[in-house]
Amino acid sequence: MSLISYLINGLSLGAVYAIIALGYTMVYGIAKMLNFAHGDVIMVGAYVVFTAVSGMGMNPYLGILIGVIACTVTGVLIETIAYRPLLEVSKLAVLITAIGVSYFLQNVALLIFGADTKSFTSVVTFKGLSLAEGRLTVRGETIVTIAACILIVVVLSLFIKFTKPGKAMLAVSEDAGAAQLMGINTNGTIALTFAIGSALAAIAGVLLCSSYPALTPYTGSMPGIKAFVAAVFGGIGSIPGAFIGGLLLGIIEILGKAYISSQMADAIVFGVLIVVLLVKPTGLLGKEIQEKV
Amino acid sequence: MAKKIFNKDTSTFFIVIIAYLAVELLLKTGNLSSLMTGLLVPLCVYVILAISLNITVGILGELSLGHAGFMCVGAFSGAFFSRLVGDSIAFGGLRFFLAILIGALTAAVFGVIIGIPVLRLKGDYLAIVTLAFGEIIKNIMNVLYVGKDVNGIHISFKDTTSLGLDPDTADVIIKGAQGITGTPKDSNFTIGVILVIITLIVTLNLIHSRTGRAIMAIRDNRIAAESIGINITKYKLLAFTISAAFAGVAGVLYAHNLASLTALPKNFGYNMSIMILVFVVLGGMGNIRGSVIAAVVLTLLPELLRGLNEYRMLIYSLVLIAVMLLSWSPAAKTFRERYLGFLTKNRKKEVS
Amino acid sequence: MALLEVTGLGISFGGLRAVDDFNVIIKQGQLYGLIGPNGAGKTTIFNLLTGVYKPTNGKIILDGENITGKKTVDISKAGIARTFQNIRLFTDLTVLDNVKAGLHNEYKYSTLTGIFRLPGYFSNEKAMNEKAMEILKVFDLDNEASLKASNLPYGKQRKLEIARALATNPKLLLLDEPAAGMNPNETAELMETIRFVRDKFNMTILLIEHDMKLVSGICEKLTVLNFGQVLAQGETSEVLKDPKVITAYLGE
Repeated sequence: MSLISYLINGLSLGAVYAIIALGYTMVYGIAKMLNFAHGDVIMVGAYVVFTAVSGMGMNPYLGILIGVIACTVTGVLIETIAYRPLLEVSKLAVLITAIGVSYFLQNVALLIFGADTKSFTSVVTFKGLSLAEGRLTVRGETIVTIAACILIVVVLSLFIKFTKPGKAMLAVSEDAGAAQLMGINTNGTIALTFAIGSALAAIAGVLLCSSYPALTPYTGSMPGIKAFVAAVFGGIGSIPGAFIGGLLLGIIEILGKAYISSQMADAIVFGVLIVVLLVKPTGLLGKEIQEKV
Repeated sequence: MAKKIFNKDTSTFFIVIIAYLAVELLLKTGNLSSLMTGLLVPLCVYVILAISLNITVGILGELSLGHAGFMCVGAFSGAFFSRLVGDSIAFGGLRFFLAILIGALTAAVFGVIIGIPVLRLKGDYLAIVTLAFGEIIKNIMNVLYVGKDVNGIHISFKDTTSLGLDPDTADVIIKGAQGITGTPKDSNFTIGVILVIITLIVTLNLIHSRTGRAIMAIRDNRIAAESIGINITKYKLLAFTISAAFAGVAGVLYAHNLASLTALPKNFGYNMSIMILVFVVLGGMGNIRGSVIAAVVLTLLPELLRGLNEYRMLIYSLVLIAVMLLSWSPAAKTFRERYLGFLTKNRKKEVS
Repeated sequence: MALLEVTGLGISFGGLRAVDDFNVIIKQGQLYGLIGPNGAGKTTIFNLLTGVYKPTNGKIILDGENITGKKTVDISKAGIARTFQNIRLFTDLTVLDNVKAGLHNEYKYSTLTGIFRLPGYFSNEKAMNEKAMEILKVFDLDNEASLKASNLPYGKQRKLEIARALATNPKLLLLDEPAAGMNPNETAELMETIRFVRDKFNMTILLIEHDMKLVSGICEKLTVLNFGQVLAQGETSEVLKDPKVITAYLGE
């Protein structure tokens, strides 16, 4: 029975990783950049919702909406001001700028909210389930997180497959130059990708902090890195890859903590990533690219 | 073409020596704050780290986000050695010299072990795997227990008691998350600067040698390098290993400046690796002198901003973003060329 | 005697037969042309000869040594050097260092010798500099030796690539469209250089080219490739008169 409950916890954590990883993977697919500040957008989202709900006593749904809007705006601003001028110049330059943005967001949060840990009140009011005559309880947060993740993946896949902006995203990720020649507004598409990724980050932030309520200016950075690992693990640039990668990573982390060593959980996660990449250098669902001579 | 005696390389040594003399003068006259004095050895550590990472990132052209992992390996192996031999080598200089060798060697071995699988990957995949290895090393150091007794050395990944030490002669040297305490403080600023100079000599000589050319040829065009008979795997691994070895040296220097050494995210995590990468990129990839200057300036900057208290890291991050935008974006480049051309006019396109 | 002897060489990518039953014999000191329409498989043959691709079948003998299926690095050591259709220079290295990189296996000293500047370093570097300058002079690049390779004009970049290939002291030199993107004057000059290289170093050269003036001007023998197969082979003047060749080039 404990195995099942660990698996469910793993799925829940994995679902959060998957939502963050979706943002990572979309941005990487389109802009070919590692957005190191993505994890910190999660933290921004969580603080905004925290302030709105716990601080001002707003309705949680309204709070989440405000959080999503705030993150979307933050994401688009970051992209236009800090990344866009460098995107076509050097990937490494954008990476360093992203690190600068990450420090910036953390320190703004530090100035406003201080370094002390805020206790995030869960936005999930749903009680949860008691299964197998009370031997197995599933928290409401867990159910909401997993459901949200599945919903997001489905909606996002449909969006990319069937809508015009979605197809434009696909085209830009395939070949930005060619897409531009075909009349696609590449800058707009990139901005849209950041907007969606950041909105997802806000949701991930709320879900993460509802399950693990400790909120500090650095809350986003480790989940951000883990989600990035999940995206690479599943094959970066691939939406199903981010989904599967996120879930697997969450499960591996929780099982590793439970059965191997709680202190070694991170090492296990990273170890699995290394093994996967060595066997399949572009991740589980990633495309192989051959260099032409 | 007349050879310039005062070229970029010699100027780098010049800068280091002048800076050293200036600091020594300030120290002798008592004009250096205790805060700055405390920063001197870490400065040398960062400079060595930046130079050594530049070998991987600038010279070999592969993005590594796990450099702090090699520093960690060097720090722990070096400090372990010093603690182990303790006063049986009474002369601190010799003990430290041996610790440096051991730290460099251990980090180099890890460089080979990690480099063999990692260097098969490309670009960002390589970057994330180096990050993963760095985190694993840090993580393992937090659960590693090593002790010695009359029977020899015992290792455990659980806790102190499972080392099974003989109670009368037990000495637990590495205590998991508590790390190593009581490392002799064998390092000082002068030793740090000597190590910086050694790192510089080796790195610059490497760049101007047959090996260095092979490594840079691989960076510029792997396929062409292969076609002229350069063994890609060998030289990639060599560059990666040398880079790791010097990160190890930096680690040993770091460890012997602290009373207690622990593997925290702050000092050996990916944040540290990224910070070193920032030095390298801002200093200019492949530009060794740039790495030295960037490491010094960026380490001192937060301290100089200390008067601004809580705003200092915020300003630091804004400076970082601004510098990147101003030095890399095409708009800023055009602006510079148009209005500030006189600054760069005299510089020919030559590379010395 | 034959310097290069290729028999029954072929490779498939998936179901596509990119090169099929390719045979050629090139004599020492010959200037040999490989021509054919785009997509005929010319560069694929270069990639097979230099070990970038492993042949599905066939045999490659260089100067009596079987090099079939060997790695690129070993083939370079065995004596084949090449240039690339899209120039592949070491862009951030100087012109001189590009050639010195080509001398990698000609003047050897260990990494430790380099790092600690042991005596072997200075003597070898001096010899390398002299040799590299000598090669650069052949291509009239000696005045640009300290420039960054990427700062050279296009035509000179092509020349530098040939210089670098020559530095490996090859038995056989493969040139992949050396005149691509050159104006008639540059092409004429290049023809002179290629001929000079052959005469001075007694080099055997196999080249891919679309510029018929260059091909008919310097190649002694030709092989025409179409859809991965040999369409015609023989003396240049005769091959170019072959109706099959004319059809393949100009269409029905």
